[in-house]
Parts: sequence; structure tokens; C-alpha cells
Amino acid sequence: MTGLAFLIPIALGMGLMGLAAFFWSMKDGQYEDLDGAAARILIEDEGPEGDAP
Amino acid sequence: MNAPAPASAAEPDAALVTTRFTVPGMRCAGCIAKIERELPRQPGIAAARANFSAKRVAIRHDPALGEEALPDALRDLGFEAQAVADNPLGIEAEERRRLTRALGVAGFGMMNIMLLSVSVWAGAGGATRAMFHWLSALIALPVIAYAGRPFFASAWMALRHRRTNMDVPISIGVILATGLSLYETVAGGGEAYFESAVMLLFFLLAGRALDAVMRDRTRAGIGALLGRMGKSAGVIGPDGSIRRIDARELEPGMLVLVAAGEALAADGEVIEGHSTIDNAMLTGESAPEPVGPGSMVHAGTINLAAPLRIRLTQVAEETALAEIARLMDEAGQSRSSYVRIADRASRLYAPAVHSLAALAFAGWMVAGAGWHQSLVIAITVLIITCPCAMGLAVPAAQVVASGALLRRGLLVKDGSALERLAECDVALFDKTGTLTLGTPRAEIGELDDETRSVALGLAQASRHPLSRGLAAALLREGAKPAPVTAVHEASGQGIAGRWQGVDVALERPDDAAQGLATRLRIGERVQTITFADPLRGDAAEALAALKTQGITASILSGDRAAPVEAVARQLGIAAQAGASPQAKLAALEALKAAGHRPLMVGDGLNDGPALAAAHASIAPGTASDASQQAADAVFIGEALMPVALAVGVARTTMRIVRQNFAFAIAYNVLAVPLALSGLVTPLIAAIAMSVSSLAVVANSLRLARSAGA
Repeated sequence: MTGLAFLIPIALGMGLMGLAAFFWSMKDGQYEDLDGAAARILIEDEGPEGDAP
Repeated sequence: MNAPAPASAAEPDAALVTTRFTVPGMRCAGCIAKIERELPRQPGIAAARANFSAKRVAIRHDPALGEEALPDALRDLGFEAQAVADNPLGIEAEERRRLTRALGVAGFGMMNIMLLSVSVWAGAGGATRAMFHWLSALIALPVIAYAGRPFFASAWMALRHRRTNMDVPISIGVILATGLSLYETVAGGGEAYFESAVMLLFFLLAGRALDAVMRDRTRAGIGALLGRMGKSAGVIGPDGSIRRIDARELEPGMLVLVAAGEALAADGEVIEGHSTIDNAMLTGESAPEPVGPGSMVHAGTINLAAPLRIRLTQVAEETALAEIARLMDEAGQSRSSYVRIADRASRLYAPAVHSLAALAFAGWMVAGAGWHQSLVIAITVLIITCPCAMGLAVPAAQVVASGALLRRGLLVKDGSALERLAECDVALFDKTGTLTLGTPRAEIGELDDETRSVALGLAQASRHPLSRGLAAALLREGAKPAPVTAVHEASGQGIAGRWQGVDVALERPDDAAQGLATRLRIGERVQTITFADPLRGDAAEALAALKTQGITASILSGDRAAPVEAVARQLGIAAQAGASPQAKLAALEALKAAGHRPLMVGDGLNDGPALAAAHASIAPGTASDASQQAADAVFIGEALMPVALAVGVARTTMRIVRQNFAFAIAYNVLAVPLALSGLVTPLIAAIAMSVSSLAVVANSLRLARSAGA
């Protein structure tokens, strides 16, 4: 029974952390361009000398 | 932009401004990389950031860069681009964000309350059970207050107007379930329904959020409204000085100077100067129209070649452009009375559910069950018949379908558009720009390599539509531009320069009867290059595909009879030529009066009223802004097939939606007797609700396969 006193706040706290992370990611614009995020992984990095003509 | 610049920022950096463009041609990762890497190499451009989902590019640049420099830079990279107003979609994006936040909160609440409820169902008793109920109440009350707002607000609106919608039974169910659970908790009784109420909200919010995402995604791709109409004009005072005056403050009788490349802000008569006018915005016609003293010119058209002095005749609300906009507005009203399928269903569904719940309560009271048990049963009926599956039935199918269509080059604006597209039985097509490509294509088959490269060297230096068409055709054929020096453009005459010591030029042909043509002169050699506006490559197949779907097509064009006849014969369909915007609107109204549901496909602003009045409408991506706004869907690229595909997919979607409804109803037929007899526990209600929602989503996902094939 005393275990509950710890476990429930922990469960709620973790849930709230998840919710806060979700709000932050929304505010940060991470859902603004979902298709773009999927496409960007295919772009090759330009090497340090990649800018040279 | 109002944010104070950091103190350490360099002086020129603080002065940069951001302009946004819609770039519908952005299709792959390579396009993003090309835009983001190549643009900042241009002088004056600091950074470019592409949003692939919205097909937009935000460019940070020096404000000194001209209005045309940025779209030109994008065009040089191979992308058509158009500037968009700062944030025209802010309100709708905000709506989507509010729904997503509510969804997040409901998800959090649902998981935590479920955690507690499972232990209660597993047999927790006594003090633990009471504590868990209290905890559930503590979580559920704020969650329901926050996540339920979209439903409560909409239900309240409906009730205030003495109507009922899907949100009324939802709100009543949620509020009653919460109220009763709270009573149970306080009284220390047996059952609480918090998890059912929150889960109901979660699934319904998922449906709403999907709907909002779909609307947003495609509206963003469609862009700006009436962006090209001149916003101000240079008025010539009595003393010859020129002042810029806002378009709204212009008055008839004013004399204005319209520079080459400027858009007209009002209608007027040319007093002095010879030039050509690009009417594409108003009529969709690609060929520039030559004008001289005495010609009438209209707001929204663009002066291409030389400065003109114009005496204004009609301004502001009286221009031809504003008149068309007004017609569109009025024609669009009839469409807003269209009732979406979910609302039609709820008209039958909501009263049925309400009376069922009321009957259950009354029945059990009569049977002597006591008011408490009777109320519990009535609430169970409300919750188990919750239109969860119904709330998902329509948006889930429509989102999947619009996603599949988007990949095939068709942007559907919202779910109602898909519903109306599925019902169309007659199709009307505009000619120029719709059945044809709308841009002049140079016929360069007769040119040898040398003349090609000289022509390209000259054409690249000009912004004239014919030069651009020629340059595009030559580049496609792999021509390399010759180094032409001393290039100068004489307005209305053509462009000239020197190449290997000889004079070269692209000029206007003397013989105007040749139609759209330009004359290439290299020294003494002269060659005429003609332009044509060819049909879209798959126009015939697309019309045939429509026919197999039971839709007869015909042409409704504002163009002259001869070219319209030619196209109609070639495609083997009926045609009406020389139709004014009013005549097009009248033709649509006549069809509707005859009981047909017409689909209008058109691009010009002159099609705008017809697009708005049609049962459903589609515009090509090259259409005027206003037409794209009026249309339900926009297709991108040179193929006409997306039009036929849209109708096919819309019909498949409606079949899936009806299956989803049938499933939801079958499920209710099974579940309601159990609820009425008081056999359903909260656990069974919760499981049944999730299973029915998942089944509906799974059924909808089948669309991705059928539409993608």
C-alpha cells in the first residue's frame, strides 16, 4: 500500500513530462513539415570542401 | 520581424526581411537541397528554408532586392514560385494546433485514468478503490474541461440556433458521465466512468485533428488570393509629377503612368503609348494582347513591354476584376449550404440516440430499478452508442484518400470537396490552360544547332512570355546559349544583340496573321518560329476515363468559336464557345436546375464564378489565384488524368465511408441491447469503443492501396 504513494506520483509525473515534451515539440515547430523531415534524411551532407566549385 | 535584433548582430543583418513563396514544384529531397543550397549563393539572399509539406520556401534577403528578383532566382533553379502574403493561413493553423494540443491532453488523461481503472477492474477494493476514484476525478476534470471545449462550444452553438449536430450527444454523454462519476466518487459508490468519458474525447479529437490536418496541408499548397492585382498606381499630377496612390484611393478620370512589368490597379483607357498586355490573370489566355491609344485595359492585367499613360475609367469595386470576384462570392454561397455526410448522418443519429437513452431511463424507472441505476444505464447507452466510429468514419477515409491524391499531383481542399466530387455526373472544361497547356510552346523542330543556341542566348535575356516559352523549349532540347553581347530590348519590337560580329535579333513578325510567332534574324538570315498551345498529352484518355465513370464532358470556353471547334472535334466532345463569365455561370445554373451535378474544370479568372457555382470544381496549378481559391481541388503538372483520378478516388472514398457507417451501425445494433439490458460494464464499453474505432481506421487505410495503384 505504501508503494502506491511513490508509484502513483511517479506515473503521473512521467505522464506530465511526456505531455510537456509534446507541447514543447509542437511549439518548436517539429510537426510543421513532416514530409520534409522524411525527405531531408536523403540529402547528402556537403563535405567541408563541398562548397568549392 | 519586430523582435529587437541582438546587439552583437552586424548592421546589414538586422535589415534583412523574410518573404514566403509557394513552390508547388518541390517534389523530392533533391529539390529541398537545391533550393536551400543554391539560393543563398545569389547576391542579396542570406538564407532559404523550405517547408516540404506546405510546398513553401521562406527566403531571408536584402530588402533592396526587387520584387521580381526572388521568383526569378527560383525560376532559374527550375521552380515556379509565387509570393504569398505574410501568414494568410494563421487562423487555420491555429485551429489545428488547438486540436492537437487538446488531443495530447486527452491522451495523457486517458492513459493515466486507464492505469487506475484497470486496477479497479482487477479488483481493488475499499480505501484503495475510493482513492483511485478520487485520483481519476482529479485528472479527469481538468482534462475534460480542456479537451472537451471544441465539442462543448460547437454543441452550444448548434443548440443556440435550435439545431442539433454530432457534438450535442457527445457533450451530453461526456457531461452526464462525468457528473455521475463525480457523484459516485463523493458518495463512495461502486462505479466511475471517467475513463469512458476521456477516451471518448480522445478518439473524437483524433478524428477532428485528422480533418484539420487535411484542410491545412492542401490550403497551404494552394497559396495566395488576388496577389497579382496592382496595389497602387503612379498618378500623373497636373504639373507632370508622379505620386504613388493606393489602389483604393484612385478615382475615375485620373491619369496614371504604368511602367513595363507593372500590374494595373484599375480599369482604364490607353491615352499614350504602345505596348502588350498580359491578360492571363483575367482570361487565362496566354497570348499577350497588343494595345495602343484608345484600347481598354483592365485591373489585374500586366503591362509587358513599354510604359503606358492611362486615363482611369473604373476603380476599386467597379473594375472588371472586382465584378468577377463579386460574382464568385455570390455563386459560392450556394455551395456553403451543402450538408456534409457526417452531418446528414447525425441528423438521423442524434435524435435516435437521445430518445433511446431517454427511453432506457424511463423504462428502467418504470420497471422499478431506482433512479440511480436507471441513470447509469441511460449513460451507458449514450456512451456505447457514442459516434466514436462515426466521428472517425469520415475523416479517416478522407485523409487517406487526399494523401494518396496528393502523391498523384492533386490537392483536394477539404473533405466536403471529396464528397461533392463523388456525386458529379457532368463535366465542363475550359479550353485554354485546362484542356491545353496554356503556355505558348515554341515549335523548334526546324532550327539547327547554331540558330538554337543564338535564339536561346537572346531569349534568356527577356521576360516576354514568348521569349520565356522559347527559352524553356530550347533548354528542354538541350541547347546551349550562345554568347550574345550588347543585348538590348526594344519595347514592343523585340530583343537584339551581337554574336560573332553579326547583328542578331528576335523580333515581332511583320505579318500579324501568322498568329503567335517571333522572327529570328541572324545577319541576313531570317527564320520565323511559331508558337502553339498544344492539348495536354493525355486529354483524350482522361476524358475517356471520365466517360467510363459515367461522366459526359463538354467544353465551355470564352475563346472564339473556330479554335474551340477544332479542339472539340479533335476530342470528340460538345462545345460552347464565346461564353462570358456570366454566360458560364448561367450554363452551370441551367445544368443544376436540370438536376445535374456539374463538375467545372477551368483556370482563368473568367471561369471563377463558374468554378464557385459548380457542384465541384478543379483548377490546374497554373490557374489564376482567384480560380484556385474558388476550386475544390488543384492539379499540378501537365497531365489531365488527375481530374479523372480525383472523381474515381472520391467515389471509392465514399464507398469506404459508407462501409464505415455500416460497420458503426452494425456495432450499435449489437451493443445497444446489451447496454439497454444493463449488462455492459465500463470495461466492456471501453474495449468495444477502441475496437470499433480501430476497425474503422483499418478499413480506411485500404484506400491508400486502391488510390495508389
